[in-house]
Amino acid sequence: MSLLWLLLVPAIGGLLAWAAGARHPDWPRWIALATLTIDLLIALALIGPAMSSGQTAWIASLDRPWIPQLGISFELDLDGLSLVLILLTIVLSLISVVISWTEITDRVGLFHANLLWTTTGVIGVFLALDLFLFFFFWELMLVPMYFLIALWGHEDRFYAAIKFVIFTQGSSLIMLVAILMLVFVHQQAAGHFTFNYLTLLGTKLNPAMEFWLMLGFFIAFAVKLPAVPFHTWLPDAHTEAPTAGSVLLAGILLKTGAYGLLRFVVPLFPDAAHEFAPIAMALGVISILYGALLAFGQNDMKRLVAYSSVSHMGFVLLGIFAWNTLALQGVVIQMLAHGISTGALFILVGALQERIHTRDMRLMGGLWGVIPRLSAFGMVFAIASLGLPGLGNFIGEFLILLGSFRASVVFTVIAAGGLVAGAAYALLLVQRAFHGRASPHPGAATLIDLTPPHLAVMGGLVLAIIGLGLYPQPVFDQVAPGLAVLQHEGASPEAAPTMEP
Amino acid sequence: MNGEAFAAFAPFTLLSAVTIMVMLLIAIHRNHHLTALSTIIGLLLCCVALPFADPASPTQVTPLFTIDGTALFYSGLVLGSALIIAILSYAYLDGSTPGPREEYYLLLLTATLGAALLPASVHFASFFLGLETLSISLLGLIAYASPRGTAAEAGTKYLILGGASSAFLLFGMALIYADLGTMSFTRIGTLAHAGNQTDLYRLVGVAMILTGVGFKLSLVPFHMWTPDIYEGAPAPITGFVAVVSKIAVFAIILRYFILAEGPEDASLRAGLAAIAILSMLGGNLLALLQNNVKRLLAYSSIAHLGYLLVAFLAAGPLGIEAAAYYLAAYAVTSLGAFGIVALLSTPGSGRDADRIEDYRGLFRTRPFLAGSLALMLLSLAGMPPTMGFIGKFYLIVSGVGAGLFWPVAALVIGSVIGLYYYLRVLVAMAMPVPAERDAAPPDAAPLFGNAVIALLLVLLLALGTYPAPAIALIRMTVGATSW
Repeated sequence: MSLLWLLLVPAIGGLLAWAAGARHPDWPRWIALATLTIDLLIALALIGPAMSSGQTAWIASLDRPWIPQLGISFELDLDGLSLVLILLTIVLSLISVVISWTEITDRVGLFHANLLWTTTGVIGVFLALDLFLFFFFWELMLVPMYFLIALWGHEDRFYAAIKFVIFTQGSSLIMLVAILMLVFVHQQAAGHFTFNYLTLLGTKLNPAMEFWLMLGFFIAFAVKLPAVPFHTWLPDAHTEAPTAGSVLLAGILLKTGAYGLLRFVVPLFPDAAHEFAPIAMALGVISILYGALLAFGQNDMKRLVAYSSVSHMGFVLLGIFAWNTLALQGVVIQMLAHGISTGALFILVGALQERIHTRDMRLMGGLWGVIPRLSAFGMVFAIASLGLPGLGNFIGEFLILLGSFRASVVFTVIAAGGLVAGAAYALLLVQRAFHGRASPHPGAATLIDLTPPHLAVMGGLVLAIIGLGLYPQPVFDQVAPGLAVLQHEGASPEAAPTMEP
Repeated sequence: MNGEAFAAFAPFTLLSAVTIMVMLLIAIHRNHHLTALSTIIGLLLCCVALPFADPASPTQVTPLFTIDGTALFYSGLVLGSALIIAILSYAYLDGSTPGPREEYYLLLLTATLGAALLPASVHFASFFLGLETLSISLLGLIAYASPRGTAAEAGTKYLILGGASSAFLLFGMALIYADLGTMSFTRIGTLAHAGNQTDLYRLVGVAMILTGVGFKLSLVPFHMWTPDIYEGAPAPITGFVAVVSKIAVFAIILRYFILAEGPEDASLRAGLAAIAILSMLGGNLLALLQNNVKRLLAYSSIAHLGYLLVAFLAAGPLGIEAAAYYLAAYAVTSLGAFGIVALLSTPGSGRDADRIEDYRGLFRTRPFLAGSLALMLLSLAGMPPTMGFIGKFYLIVSGVGAGLFWPVAALVIGSVIGLYYYLRVLVAMAMPVPAERDAAPPDAAPLFGNAVIALLLVLLLALGTYPAPAIALIRMTVGATSW
């Protein structure tokens, strides 16, 4: 039951926040904080070992009939992987509420409702193990996110929001067709109609069919991730979204793509995924390098961070298709670290924009002397982003490279070049914005530094990224059983030798 | 006719009686409130009577009608939609319109009678009579006592194009009758499948029937009239044209094709697939260019009928179920959308609230109606948690199950294009109120108008998140029909 509450609490909180918005602008903020805190407590209470050792790694499950006529059930299952991602989701949503406190002053109720509903959709995606239910949540998170960008975004928000929706919706309908074809193939073999993931896992497919279905799923997740060449929506959406929207997008929506690849693409279609791995890894490597290169060329600070996301998620794609224990552990850490570091960078860009009303780095410079705290945090997360040892991103990227080295030496060597490019854009960001001559921007001398709520958030994020960098073992312990089961399901018979670490 | 047949036919008899009573009432005492109230109560009674008419087995009522689960389901949809339109019309007309308003309800009732009988028809005679009762009444409704020039224009267009389409339909029926010597669907099916060689007369006849029906369902390339009439007609009647007449015509054509033609004919299937794909792509692409919400919804309805044809082509139990659910979803959603347009409009003002600029800032001025319209539009776009999402999912299930590659591909592409224009309206509603508009908020919509929208909203969300009861009902009625 606690899984259901995990979903219901933010959903109901959203309704309450919307209703309360008409009374006082502060009410939705407190309601959002309260519901997310409750949700966080529910999720924290779930930390622990799997229900039973052996083949299953579920910590909690819930299964209710939903549309029995079509073999659809309301099935939620939680393993360590889902739990870790859900914790990230709730924490980043909480942070989004805090940092929007002063930024969002318009339609506050509706804003927090949309924020909480996005959270609901994402948590649902991480929990659903019925393919229809998964698709339901997958679509559900789209609409509130659209509103967050379109209503509270910056100059070009309508274009960005519509581009975001059309990219994701188009690809997810392709996935729906693939889901249905899988269901029909299974029906022909087994005689009953079901959308249950665990039942569909063992479906025998002929190679051509398996490949096309895998591709249908892959495209949907690659758009969300995003991998080159499906990434073009991301810089626009990130740049135009309000700060909280960027944090949610980077921190959690992108993770749903990675989660989909881990949970669905490889386990459901092991042979096709193995065959496709070189292409997917190549796309990952291209994303790493191309994203870094584009980040290097940006003048808009938010766009720079957005392109760095493409680069970071390229590592995730590389690691997933290397599909061995080291790489997968690296993928999990990379997802968490990216959520924290990129989220933090977006918050800092947002705070900066609130103060100097521009994101253009050509107009910045010398900010360290004026707002030292903000600048210091900026440097910490820029350095985290380039993969300094001792911070979370290093563990993720290092493990991914270590794992993918066993799968493909060539790709790993090229991908490692991404670390150098990462150092270049991250240091450039610090250099141009915080160091150098004082800003030519008028009124720069009277800027206010980070306020206590922002300081608290930033401090917490710094601790988290250092913790993840120095002692990632608790995370490994939590996700290990889930990853082991996934790895077992996704092991391609003919590829077994290379899969062993 | 025996007792069983009388019992099965009771809702339709009741509807005829209500029509006559309303006519007499107008003759005796002309009063808008009274007429509207008796119409609404009459339609409500018919809806209540429907479940009791449910016969244990399909009941033949004269050679013209068969009352079975399918007939009752679609007639129920028609009656329910007509009831909602009657209430919305009352809210719409109650404002400032001068002149007689009572005959409007009489025409509404006769149109509903024609539409409600179509799903039960199994004979060319009842097919044509039902359709004409519907169309001729609609003609009056479209141009009804409106000071607007557009309404008269729309009425004339509907008269001429409706007449042309009826002529096609009649000619097609005549050819088939000349060929086979019968007008009963079942007999046509038996005779047509007895002879093996392709029969030119019959093929031309079917093509002409399809043309006539294509007009009524506004499928591409027979769709030209749709936007003008949607724009010109009063908003509740636009809803009637979009929902009631489409459901009725779709139900009869479904029955005709299943009973008389069978799904095997390859050339017919290819033609239908082409029409479906053209409608899905054409409707959505043309909607992109519209700045008028009624015209936009007109093009979107063209696309939706195209989507529906996917289920029609899929045939089989899954296709028939999918079509039934989709039509229900379409009815709830379109009634909601046109209902909100009607509630926002003032009938005396020369035009309805139909330009996109009229919707700017609606979230601030009329939050309830704006929120409802937002959900209706999301449902049309096929987003959760609405009926439109489940409906579109159901259609894709049936299409994929039947291996219809191109129609499903067109459905996917059409849906993505569709998102763009639905979201445009949504964004307009969320924008700030334009400065030039006077700051005073317009009169609030009548309470019962809002109540109807609230009811549709509850249906939309409840059956969008938990569709099992609706699917169970469809299986019990439409699914249980033995063809």
